[in-house]
Amino acid sequence: MEEENITSVNEKLTSFDGDKVFSAKDVSVSYGDFVAIKNVNMDITKNKITAFIGPSGCGKSTLIRTFNRMNDLILGAKVNGTITYQGVDLYDKIVDPVQVRRRIGMVFQKPNPFPKTIKENITYGLKVNNMTDNIDDRVEKALTQAALWDEVKDDLDKNALELSGGQQQRLCIARTIAVEPDTILMDEPCSALDPVATKKIEDLMQELVKEFSILIVTHNMQQASRSSDYCAFFTTKTSDDGKRRTGELVEFNETSVMFTTPDKELTEQYISGRFG
Amino acid sequence: MDLLTQLSKTSTKPFEKIVRVFITIAAFAAIFISVAIVFTLSTEAINFFQDPEVTLKEYFTATRWTPTFQNPVYGVIPLISSTLYIAFIACLISFPFGLFSAIYLSEFASRRTRKVIKPVLEVLAGVPTVVFGYFALNWITPNIVQRFIPGTEVFNAISAGIAVGIMIIPTIASISDDALNAVPNSLRFGSMALGATKRITSLKIMFPAALSGIIASFILGFSRAIGETMIVTIAGGQYPELNLDPRSAMYTITSSIVNVSLGDTPHGTTAYNALFALGITLFVMTFILNIFSDYIARKYRKEYE
Repeated sequence: MEEENITSVNEKLTSFDGDKVFSAKDVSVSYGDFVAIKNVNMDITKNKITAFIGPSGCGKSTLIRTFNRMNDLILGAKVNGTITYQGVDLYDKIVDPVQVRRRIGMVFQKPNPFPKTIKENITYGLKVNNMTDNIDDRVEKALTQAALWDEVKDDLDKNALELSGGQQQRLCIARTIAVEPDTILMDEPCSALDPVATKKIEDLMQELVKEFSILIVTHNMQQASRSSDYCAFFTTKTSDDGKRRTGELVEFNETSVMFTTPDKELTEQYISGRFG
Repeated sequence: MDLLTQLSKTSTKPFEKIVRVFITIAAFAAIFISVAIVFTLSTEAINFFQDPEVTLKEYFTATRWTPTFQNPVYGVIPLISSTLYIAFIACLISFPFGLFSAIYLSEFASRRTRKVIKPVLEVLAGVPTVVFGYFALNWITPNIVQRFIPGTEVFNAISAGIAVGIMIIPTIASISDDALNAVPNSLRFGSMALGATKRITSLKIMFPAALSGIIASFILGFSRAIGETMIVTIAGGQYPELNLDPRSAMYTITSSIVNVSLGDTPHGTTAYNALFALGITLFVMTFILNIFSDYIARKYRKEYE
């Protein structure tokens, strides 16, 4: 059953058009003895939005963190298999995770602005990356791209924590794109936001995808169907003794196909709300 | 049993009451004891200042503290200056060491290293201060201070300050470590995701976010250094005049209290009452520092989430 899954996913991949930004081969992530997700094979297309969907605990957040080596910061996390980024093995010994993260930005589940001013939130990343020329222009450009400029241009010296949740999340997106990555990973970026703020972030993603490749983890099926180009559906599989639950990729498809005529029965059930 | 009986006040009620009274007394005992201490100190100190031999002016301006001499002089200035001087040396040692070990522990150490270092720091905190005192006198002075700083006396402010500093490193490290750990992980991840190194993240994000706790630990450490008694009594000497040369002996408030109370000073004499004047001086100094520390901690406390 498992083997069958992988082959069918791989066949599917070959039919995708466009450049690949990431390619994951047999990727498994474990925390100590616990295998969170295993045997993932997928190619991520450049300048497209790829959504990861699936029930809680299926390892989709764990998986997205392997694409910019954020899992390195989590005690006990171990990644097996290979992930290539524009042809380079991200887990090669000579690869510096700090350099990886400069190119592959990340937006988190809960807005996490630094307890500094709005402007400093943007300039911090710029300074870290030695991008201090035309710093004011860069700040304005990033905030404009994140659709936040008009709301904060007169309060750049205000503490970022005074912004609303949705504004904070757009600020986090702004500081991520300010350092000019080519890919943005978003780990449930709207889960802490109300529908209005969520709509703004979704609109924003449609603008950003012209320039960046976007991977987004979401719990929200409508969000995946509205905003993504490709969609990966994960689920958890319980081991034979019933003690362990491991996440795995069930189907990877174009979103339009996935939400109308999915290849897998399981996907169809999940999407139509019959489980998960 | 009918419902009313079941719902009525039961026989356990008196016991509940006794426990309640007992724990309330325990809670208020601390307040009562503090008030009693301040009251005792103040009344005795007032006796001291009412003594025709002393004046407030002399207390605050004279530069000698010689209560047991033939012509006693009660000037607190040399004592305060010695106290602050030694506390300052202690801070020079303990602030950087304490802070850096906190940053190392919370940001860089592996879980295993942390498991070793934390208990060792706690052991350091548990060493009796009299041990530090003799360590300062018999080891730090001859092996370090006298070797590298010529002209150092046997009793000197430098070794006393170093030993007090070592003594308060665990306090500073432990509170600063807690402050750094209280900063949400999401900030650390946010910074690392922008391509910041660990060093930049801890310096530019974690340190400022934990600043209130770190400053509070500094002030608490300073206040402990001011109140430290055994080390300065053993290793710091008893030089009763204003002296700013750290190579020679000094005379802190605490060690002068020890010396007067150890001697044959009869109860009720001016020299005896002077103890309480010193006591309240010390109390006011540490009290102001503690309030200041509390204020700083509140003022710079950052609200997250």
